[in-house]
Amino acid sequence: MNKPASDALAKAGDLPLGFTAKPGSTVAFKTGDWRSVRPVLDREKCIYCGFCYYYCPDGVYQDMGKDEKYYKADLDYCKGCGICAHECPKKAIEMTLEEV
Amino acid sequence: MGKRIGIEVSLAVAEAVKLADTDVVAAYPITPQTHIVEHLSELVADGELNAAYIPVESEHSAMSSCIGSSAAGARTFTATSSQGLALMNEMIYIAPVLRTPIILAIANRALSAPINIWNDHSDIMSVRDAGWIALFADNGQEALDMTLASYRIGEDPAVSLPVSMNIDGFTLSHFIEPILIPDQEEVDRFLPPFKPSLQLDIKNPISIGLLGAPECYTEARKAVDNVLRNSKKTVLKAFEEFDAVFGRKYNLVETYRHEDAETVIVTMGSISETAMTAIDEMRDQGKKVGLVRIRLWRPFPDEEFLAAVAHAKNVAVVDRHMVLGCSSGPVGLEVRSLVYTSKLRPVITNFVLGLGGRDVTRDNFKHICDRASSGEVQTRYELVGVYE
Repeated sequence: MNKPASDALAKAGDLPLGFTAKPGSTVAFKTGDWRSVRPVLDREKCIYCGFCYYYCPDGVYQDMGKDEKYYKADLDYCKGCGICAHECPKKAIEMTLEEV
Repeated sequence: MGKRIGIEVSLAVAEAVKLADTDVVAAYPITPQTHIVEHLSELVADGELNAAYIPVESEHSAMSSCIGSSAAGARTFTATSSQGLALMNEMIYIAPVLRTPIILAIANRALSAPINIWNDHSDIMSVRDAGWIALFADNGQEALDMTLASYRIGEDPAVSLPVSMNIDGFTLSHFIEPILIPDQEEVDRFLPPFKPSLQLDIKNPISIGLLGAPECYTEARKAVDNVLRNSKKTVLKAFEEFDAVFGRKYNLVETYRHEDAETVIVTMGSISETAMTAIDEMRDQGKKVGLVRIRLWRPFPDEEFLAAVAHAKNVAVVDRHMVLGCSSGPVGLEVRSLVYTSKLRPVITNFVLGLGGRDVTRDNFKHICDRASSGEVQTRYELVGVYE
């Protein structure tokens, strides 16, 4: 009997009827492990403009507020596309290779 | 008790759809299926059937609409033929995995090219592996009865799969036959209202039709295969209930004078009636021949089929579809591979005939029986009646 590599993977007998999903299931499904490069912010250069926040296609940037004055990427979901680094007017974000 | 009337078989199928109180019909006309949906559009327009009739712009849209309406919990019907089924193909493969019961009447017609509007089985064989339950009717009464049975089978909570109900284009669909149209009360006793196992519901939202990554695609396909195989039990149960209500007994595999037959012919669809006449004539001449007729094509009724051919020395399998570049037609392949895994060792021969509306005659069946019992080894199918 073959067993899936992870308990998170379904066997043929216990897939939901019609191969369906409840809403919000992607919260549990962390897509960040697809990433090969990660955004690293140089807070010295950051002017808190919010371009990274607005341009991120996956909405992974979180506003850290008026005291902290920067946006933080949630690496559980960041796929490493680099749009934030490309759009950053101060070149404050560098895409850095993920080490395995 | 119903009423026996003379009616075109296509119209009788439409009457069955009405008796089933179908909620949604989404269809595009195509010969030789058109009379079915034409009559349904009249029934809806005249207020005899309270259904949404969606006149879509293509068969691809027809099947897409059907999947959507079935997922929304509506009892759903469509019909097509040949190129229409080919255009539906993408959605045909999706409906079983989404577990959306849809009743599809196919007036079987040859696939192009060359373009041809007449009957053979190449259309249904093109979706052989899609995961649909497939039933074949061989006369007008069966066409009506199988349509009603299709709803009962496909919508059963243990099944929840789409069903194709196959009738031969023109040679069955366009014939006027005496057909017993059942009473509404009888149909209501046989066919309960559709209670979907799975439903799009804004109060309890779900996503239907997800991405199946390499980690789960195999499992999602396997889940459908499990259900499709198990659906045979529901088909048997539905046929028993059908007999109890309507007094007509159907089997997964039908037989005719096969008990002591040395040579059995295997057929599907309306040519079976011609085969039975030919068998009577051959029996009169002392030849031990019989018929095995497959009613349930998918899931293939392995045990029932093997039991039906258990005593035969020669099994002559008839195909109405040419598998180009292969040793057998699809029914021939099915029978050869199934029998090979059993202890039975009859001589199996395969005959392809009746393509693109070419007449299938009693003489064809006599020829087939002679060839099947000749003792000659057949290395590939014989194309009966080809001019070369």
